[in-house]
Amino acid sequence: MYKIVDKEFFSENVVKLEVEAPLIAKARKPGNFVIVRVGENGERIPLTIASADEKKGTITLVAQRVGVSSTKLTDLNVGDELTDLVGPLGKPTDIEKYGTVVCAGGGVGVAPLLPIVEGMKKAGNKVIVVLAARNKDLIILEKQMRELADEVIIMTDDGSAGKKGLVTNGIEEVILREKVDLCVTIGPAIMMKFVSLLTKKYNLPTIASLNTIMVDGTGMCGACRVTVGGKTKFVCVDGPEFDAHQVDFDEMMMRLGAYKELEKEDLYKIGK
Amino acid sequence: MALEDRNEAWRDELRKSISGKERTSTPRVKMNELDAKIRARSYDEVNQGLTEEQARKEATRCMDCPNPTCMEGCPVGINIPGFIKNIERGEYVEAAKVLRQTSALPAVCGRVCPQEKQCESQCFYKLKLKKEPVAIGYLERFAADFERNSGKMEAPQTAPKNGIKVAAVGSGPAGLSFAGDMAKLGYEVTVFEALHEIGGVLKYGIPGFRLPNEIVDVEIDNLKKMGVKFEKNTIVGKTIGTKDLEAAGFKGLFVASGAGLPRFMNIKGENLIGIMSSNEYLTRVNLMRANTKESDTPVLRGKNVAVIGGGNTAMDSVRTALRLGAERAMLVYRRSEEEMPARLEEVHHAKEEGVEFMTLHNPIEYIGDEKGRVTTMRLQKMQLGEPDASGRRSPIAIEGGIIDVPVDVVIVSIGVSPNPIVPNSVAGLEVSAKGTIVVNDKLQSSIPTLFAGGDIVRGGATVILAMGDGRKAAAEMHKYLSGN
Repeated sequence: MYKIVDKEFFSENVVKLEVEAPLIAKARKPGNFVIVRVGENGERIPLTIASADEKKGTITLVAQRVGVSSTKLTDLNVGDELTDLVGPLGKPTDIEKYGTVVCAGGGVGVAPLLPIVEGMKKAGNKVIVVLAARNKDLIILEKQMRELADEVIIMTDDGSAGKKGLVTNGIEEVILREKVDLCVTIGPAIMMKFVSLLTKKYNLPTIASLNTIMVDGTGMCGACRVTVGGKTKFVCVDGPEFDAHQVDFDEMMMRLGAYKELEKEDLYKIGK
Repeated sequence: MALEDRNEAWRDELRKSISGKERTSTPRVKMNELDAKIRARSYDEVNQGLTEEQARKEATRCMDCPNPTCMEGCPVGINIPGFIKNIERGEYVEAAKVLRQTSALPAVCGRVCPQEKQCESQCFYKLKLKKEPVAIGYLERFAADFERNSGKMEAPQTAPKNGIKVAAVGSGPAGLSFAGDMAKLGYEVTVFEALHEIGGVLKYGIPGFRLPNEIVDVEIDNLKKMGVKFEKNTIVGKTIGTKDLEAAGFKGLFVASGAGLPRFMNIKGENLIGIMSSNEYLTRVNLMRANTKESDTPVLRGKNVAVIGGGNTAMDSVRTALRLGAERAMLVYRRSEEEMPARLEEVHHAKEEGVEFMTLHNPIEYIGDEKGRVTTMRLQKMQLGEPDASGRRSPIAIEGGIIDVPVDVVIVSIGVSPNPIVPNSVAGLEVSAKGTIVVNDKLQSSIPTLFAGGDIVRGGATVILAMGDGRKAAAEMHKYLSGN
């Protein structure tokens, strides 16, 4: 069960894994996520689904090596199995015809953006993708995005690919140029916060997909709670996508740091 | 059957062997417990069980009443005198067989049932003699443990397979008890579980010092021997739809998906780091074993830990905090101890272990440091007023009675709302405003082949009530599917 059938390094620390999961491959929709666990002592970690092949019965996950659990996951090879895999979880993306949609992704957030771009395009939208990273080597899925989207804008901090600047510069360029009806953003919390601040200024409706700490992922523990529009919401069942302009990103970033110190103590497990 | 028939010759002889006066003058047995100081820092089971001698003596206290009122207090209808008299005559494995006729999880019930509110509250001793009731729970545990340790554990007999497939959604007490009864009736039962371990709240919720996981696993193995199949990592309503199950040939579905979203108080500062639900705290420790070095799952260990609430889950959380090394483990409850819904034994154990009870206090705000970690809880002192809708005296704030208490971990244990996944994903299913599945007195929902029970219907109850629902749903689904 949950056998890895393909593995590819997108960059030194970003890995694509294609995993056997026929039921999830059939049931998943853009925006859904899964929980994976590696090893009998493994942690349950949420990962958004990048793509699925219903015929092959596989789903594709993209993970970034950061701490113990993500290292254990990204160290797995073709033929290895995930200990546990459950999903699809969360509410799917509201895919419909909006008009022009800007999809802005950063880091591994670009992976879950892929099925949304595909869905939005199929629904008849004009889709403009903005991909951002620190440098050229960290830009992922550019080719796949170019195949799906009407236009792809690349932004790098150092200008080594595309234009020099932040994701927000790329989005703003589009807003100033043409009428945009919706923005979808997935990436690090700090990036989504600034995308949200920008689009709020232009009254552009924006959806952000949040990746918070979770344990069960099925609406039982409340570890993933965030404040949206002044109310507490659970990312695993009420999200993961929310109206970005209503999300309290500062609180979310603070909560993401809850286990930082404990995680450092565990690094010896991966030889650090 | 001879095992539990009151009119059998052996039973008659047993009744005559000891005088009623001798029986009623025997004091109730005391449970053997680990020393409070030692156990408060260990995950070993607190209750050590009765010795054979203690159990047989306690069993003689039971008067073998012709109309045993105790049975009326049992949600799964265990033949209580039937199993106790088997203990009295020394046939412990037989006693366990009597338990297994109606309960899929006797070793569990003997440990976690609120007996003082159920069977033991209806005992002849309690009702008529105004004495301490027969220790039915301790005896149940004794018989189940003896059977398990004897190596003579046999799965109950099952009827010939009838080829009809049914499914349970959720492998907690309701789902397991349903599965056991349906397997006995000859059905092909599959139990779907969302998490990576079977057992539901018995695994993620109730700590090992009260219910060791191995005990639950033995009961699950027993169900496997009866032919019950288990599918982990499968969320009905997400991974697989109820329509898919229908298409796969399942004729009946019992939804026992249990508790869901934890409730919070929605007060200022409640999302600070260090404040979490009891579900999260207990899941990290019980299911993910975050208390062990090997586990990759972290848990925040505080010096000053406060648990908000007065139920069994609150007791489990505050006692877990002690075991994780808390110097000060506080239980904050807005009413007085009398109104606490927790089992008496848990309250008693928590106090012995050094939990500080702050009754008649209610949190109104949390204050944190620059990193967003909670440092202080602000409590409002309360007093009791008139009885409210629940019949309990309602707490009223005492004006000006506000204190600040230093804390670094706060566990909110004020209840849960039902799991939203199945109610949200099945078209045509009637759901209440509270999010529970609406069922009739047969536990049948608005979809005739879908039955439901446990917390998804009750909105937060006990293991034994969930088990009672599982049994009832099995009986009713059997009637429905066999056209009666």
